[in-house]
Amino acid sequence: MHARRSAFTPGRFGLYAFLLVAAAFFLLPLYVMLVTSFKPMEEIRLGNLFALPVKVTLEPWATAWFSVCTGLQCEGIRGGFFNSLAIVIPSTVLSILVGALNGYALSFWRPRGVEWLFGLLLLGAFVPYQVIMFPLVRAFAAMSIFGTLPGIVLIHTLFGMPVMTLLFRNYYASVPAELFKAARIDGGGFWRIFIQLMLPMSLPIIVVATIMQVTAIWNDFILGLVFAGREHLPMTVQLNNVINTTTGERLYNVNMAATMLTSLVPLLVYLVSGRWFVRGIAAGAVKG
Amino acid sequence: MHRRPRWLRHWVVYLALLPMAATVLFAYVGTVGWSVRVSMSSSRMLPIPDFIGLAQYEKLFNSERWMLSLHNVVLFGVVFIVACLVLGFLLAVFIDQQVRAEGVLRTVFLYPYAMSFVATGLVWQWVLNPELGLQASIRRLGFSDFTFDWIVSQDMVMYAIALAAVWQASGLVMALMLAGLRGIDTSLWNAARIDGIPRWRYYLSIVLPMLGPSFGTAIVLLSVSVVKVYDVVVAMTQGGPGLASEVPGKFIMDNLFQRANLGLASAASTVLLITVLALVMPLRYARWRAARQAPAGH
Repeated sequence: MHARRSAFTPGRFGLYAFLLVAAAFFLLPLYVMLVTSFKPMEEIRLGNLFALPVKVTLEPWATAWFSVCTGLQCEGIRGGFFNSLAIVIPSTVLSILVGALNGYALSFWRPRGVEWLFGLLLLGAFVPYQVIMFPLVRAFAAMSIFGTLPGIVLIHTLFGMPVMTLLFRNYYASVPAELFKAARIDGGGFWRIFIQLMLPMSLPIIVVATIMQVTAIWNDFILGLVFAGREHLPMTVQLNNVINTTTGERLYNVNMAATMLTSLVPLLVYLVSGRWFVRGIAAGAVKG
Repeated sequence: MHRRPRWLRHWVVYLALLPMAATVLFAYVGTVGWSVRVSMSSSRMLPIPDFIGLAQYEKLFNSERWMLSLHNVVLFGVVFIVACLVLGFLLAVFIDQQVRAEGVLRTVFLYPYAMSFVATGLVWQWVLNPELGLQASIRRLGFSDFTFDWIVSQDMVMYAIALAAVWQASGLVMALMLAGLRGIDTSLWNAARIDGIPRWRYYLSIVLPMLGPSFGTAIVLLSVSVVKVYDVVVAMTQGGPGLASEVPGKFIMDNLFQRANLGLASAASTVLLITVLALVMPLRYARWRAARQAPAGH
């Protein structure tokens, strides 16, 4: 924010010292995860967390992916990876479509008497999962979608709806009303305007929404634990099973490889999307 | 001329909003109502439609485990929120001094936020492991008395969890503060410089108050995540050692799914809900008032 880079003063030195220490603190777990995941167990037992692996081995990664026990089965966490994909893709698409539709209807058609519905929806963004979880379990069981893939997709859509609706409503608020009026005069109906005009125009916000939803749904633990059912447990739940249900010696190298594998998708999304990710955070923060 | 009423002409709009209406009415309002109702019944494994008043709440607040979990979450919340705000603010201010490699630093400070609470908890569980982790490594360097065993200590375990959570979330605060800082007019600093005001004074007396809204947003977001805290505890300590890191979110899950205490769990979740509403309502009200005063564009 200041006009030109200042000379190297003691103040500047302190500034960089602080930033470097902070960076070390933030990078430490990543470093530890990485080096541990390439070490054989003999080196880990020596108890030097920071040492680089002497004998680099890919075996922990292979074990984590193909053969580690995630509870009763020992087929690695690759199953969880594909479960997470199967959950994330439809949940993201569906929650964005519903959010866009809600936002569009609320901002351009302004149906009378539904503002209070929207207000309640926004409050819903803050309700702890624990409060609404059990009644939904019972309702889903009654509809026989509890513990199924459609069930977990639906639950992510329900929980994502407040933020998604708000996101698109705010975005459409910045679209000139004249555009909508012109489309109306041209004879466009509700759906035609939505599909042919609004959705294509929403591409930037759809990107932000996708980043938000992919990260949030991939990282979800509690909903997957309760609603996904044994067959579709997401990667986060399997990861926790790998680490917290092992008996005997803990294979820390395998554990860390599994943790890295589970974090790979959101980290990749973050690194590739950069400032879009930050925009998503800011948009999510607006819900306050 | 006779015209059909507006809602009839626009029935398709209402049809399109049906999923939203159903979600609000059934998934949010309905479930909350159900939970409140069950919290006043003697339900254990299955919901029973009897009415026993506030007895479950009485039982709840007489439960040592619940009181311990409340105590823990308050301690965790205070440490977590204060540390996140201080660290996030400092990082934002320091990064805003035209430093080299700003982009890299921002990436480094924010990446933990992309990771799940489960992964965060597991990594820190490993780093904090006293036999093989940080403590053992530093002892190997020759500091044989060095002790850092928070994660297995009944008194310190909540600080260990807070450490992991701060690591995960302070980048978020930094991002929010940075957005706020970039919104402050640079002429303010120029004016302050001409008046001979030192930089730290400028940040303390001028910038900090101007970041009020950013702090407000951050505090609400962090508080809500404090009330909900669950994953990171399960991943790091599973509530242990003993019950030393029990939190309300976990208390409810255990009573719902393992201990078959539906009524008690519902009472606890109702208490949680009231807490969240008490945290969120003031901010919503402030937003609503601000929106009324400033005529909105669209």
